[in-house]
Amino acid sequence: MAALEKDLAIDVTGVTKRFGDKTVVDAIDLSVRRGEIYGFLGPNGSGKTTFIRMLCGLLTPDAGTGTCLGFDVRTQQAEIKRHVGYMTQKFSYYEDLSIRENLDFIARIYAVPDRGAAVQRSLERLGLTHRSHQLAGQLSGGWKQRLALAACLIHEPKLLLLDEPTAGVDPKARREFWDEIHQLASGGLTVLITTHYMDEAERCHRLAYLAYGHLLTRGTLADVLAAAKLTTWRVTGPDLLALATTLRGQAGVEQVVAFGNTLHVSGRDPARLSAVIATVRESRHDWQPMASGLEDVFISLMDEAKDNFS
Amino acid sequence: MSLPRFTFHRLWAIVLKEFIQMKRDRVTFVMMVGIPLMQLMMFGFAINSDPRHLPTALRLGDQGPFARTLIQALRTSDYFSVVHETSSEAEAQRLLQIGDAQFIINIPEDFSRKLLRGERPTVLIEADASDPAATGPALASVNALASTIFNRDLPGPLARLRAKNGPVDFRIHAHYNPENITQYNVVPGLMGVVLTMTMVIITALAITRERERGTMENLLATPVRPFEVMVGKILPYIAVGYIQVTLILLAARFIFHVPMVGSLPLLYAVAFLFIAANLAVGITFSTLAKNQLQAVQMAFFFFLPSILLSGFMFPFRGMPQWAQNVGSCLPNTHFLRIVRGILLKGNGLTEIAPELWPLLAFLVVAMTIGVKRYRQTLD
Repeated sequence: MAALEKDLAIDVTGVTKRFGDKTVVDAIDLSVRRGEIYGFLGPNGSGKTTFIRMLCGLLTPDAGTGTCLGFDVRTQQAEIKRHVGYMTQKFSYYEDLSIRENLDFIARIYAVPDRGAAVQRSLERLGLTHRSHQLAGQLSGGWKQRLALAACLIHEPKLLLLDEPTAGVDPKARREFWDEIHQLASGGLTVLITTHYMDEAERCHRLAYLAYGHLLTRGTLADVLAAAKLTTWRVTGPDLLALATTLRGQAGVEQVVAFGNTLHVSGRDPARLSAVIATVRESRHDWQPMASGLEDVFISLMDEAKDNFS
Repeated sequence: MSLPRFTFHRLWAIVLKEFIQMKRDRVTFVMMVGIPLMQLMMFGFAINSDPRHLPTALRLGDQGPFARTLIQALRTSDYFSVVHETSSEAEAQRLLQIGDAQFIINIPEDFSRKLLRGERPTVLIEADASDPAATGPALASVNALASTIFNRDLPGPLARLRAKNGPVDFRIHAHYNPENITQYNVVPGLMGVVLTMTMVIITALAITRERERGTMENLLATPVRPFEVMVGKILPYIAVGYIQVTLILLAARFIFHVPMVGSLPLLYAVAFLFIAANLAVGITFSTLAKNQLQAVQMAFFFFLPSILLSGFMFPFRGMPQWAQNVGSCLPNTHFLRIVRGILLKGNGLTEIAPELWPLLAFLVVAMTIGVKRYRQTLD
């Protein structure tokens, strides 16, 4: 048991946060293993950022207990801060400081030993050496994100909390970023990352989906897809728009989504879905069963949660 | 191809949007109404360039009826209000030095005798003329009085005593600024005004900016303590404050030739209290302001009375009581008196002590509110 606990970078139960009479995070249990990349998904305003802030010691939970890197999230916030790297959603380094000055500042705050060398290493690893004297405010979105990552790694944290790090970053920079994350994780760093991109979610070792402050599902990609029990059909043929209009709102049909020249039709109850399809099936349309995608699963979860919690 | 023409519906769209935004920004809205009201109150009611009822210390050497008449006449002129009566020269000088008395009126022992003999007895009026605007009108009234005071007391044959220049010789001795040079008063006063403006605005902005740009959140996720953030942000501005003090002192000395009678180290030491008090106000504003514009507006809200009600621009004693009460709550009011006291009167620690306590009290209160509010904004 003790060995297992030691393996967990994050281990919290019943974590709750209220702002006024609004419960933003409601009794969340979460355990993340060391060296794992854990994806944290959910719609905007679902409580992801608040949850992360509680993990890194910025907010104190109103209820719940647990540890982050073995430190109590309620009482040992100072220790947690020393070993966690937190990258905020919005770029939050100093735009009127150069790249090197920003890194140097953060290194000083963390009292990084041999600061000059640490800053230099960090610049080299992220390929920022040749522009180290550029002001952070002049950087493009992709470079700002690299700087932010470099800055929150400079004190060699054991846990990285990344809040939508790739929002507004181009696909190539995103891919490079994820390669970097995987490299860091293979070196033993634990990463908790929030994202809205499904392709990024699929690159995580494990996932959790949060909506209205509740954790709706978690596990590996396969676990999440299997647990959702969502049946999806792919339709091709003419007049798909009219077909979509007919299907929408029918009992048993949860999602009707257009993907280019095809239509994806999903439902939680396979029998009812088939019954509905039977009523609209025409020879000019080709119906094929397909595996549900992560996005379909999440939207289905969110609709379900809407009925239960809001 | 036609150029985009001016249209009213587009103009109206912008106008409407501006009004909606104006309505949303409650602080700006309050300031837009509050600042004119405040200026109206201060310029309309508080400021009076003809100060009356100035506190006067009386050294009465002669209890005779002529002396009484003289005192009565000075009183009815409205300019003088006898608040201290003493026979001690040293005591009277002390009152003048600490600013409790604006004037000392010395009526000599042989006043009545000399008057009756037609020897034109000398009445010495000593004035704290460090602010010429405060003493000027009162002193001018004295000369007008001189010829008419004793018209009733010297009837019939005694009327000859009334003489051409009046029966009494009023000698006016303007202390601290004998030549009535306005700069001697304004330049030291400027120190408080400049420090108030820059210290309050800069700190209010510095912390608001950090929050507005989101860098504060990042900072607080590091092991840095909130207290370290606050003090770390303040210290550089204390240095800036001292540079300003030095610049003003250099200008006062070499450009305006303001006399510097007192101890400069004492002035530098007291300036620390004043700078800290203003920084505390700035911190409090920064915790209230949602953005930098609001921070500037709040700073302005504090700055305005600090100029107008502190005795910097207009004589403090010329203001009605309520305005003096407001002024007494502002650190600049006390700092002005301290700076002028040290530079012009050569006051030491004991003489400035009565102004030091309010400054200290303000600092403690402002710091407590500032730190408390600052802590609340973190969670």
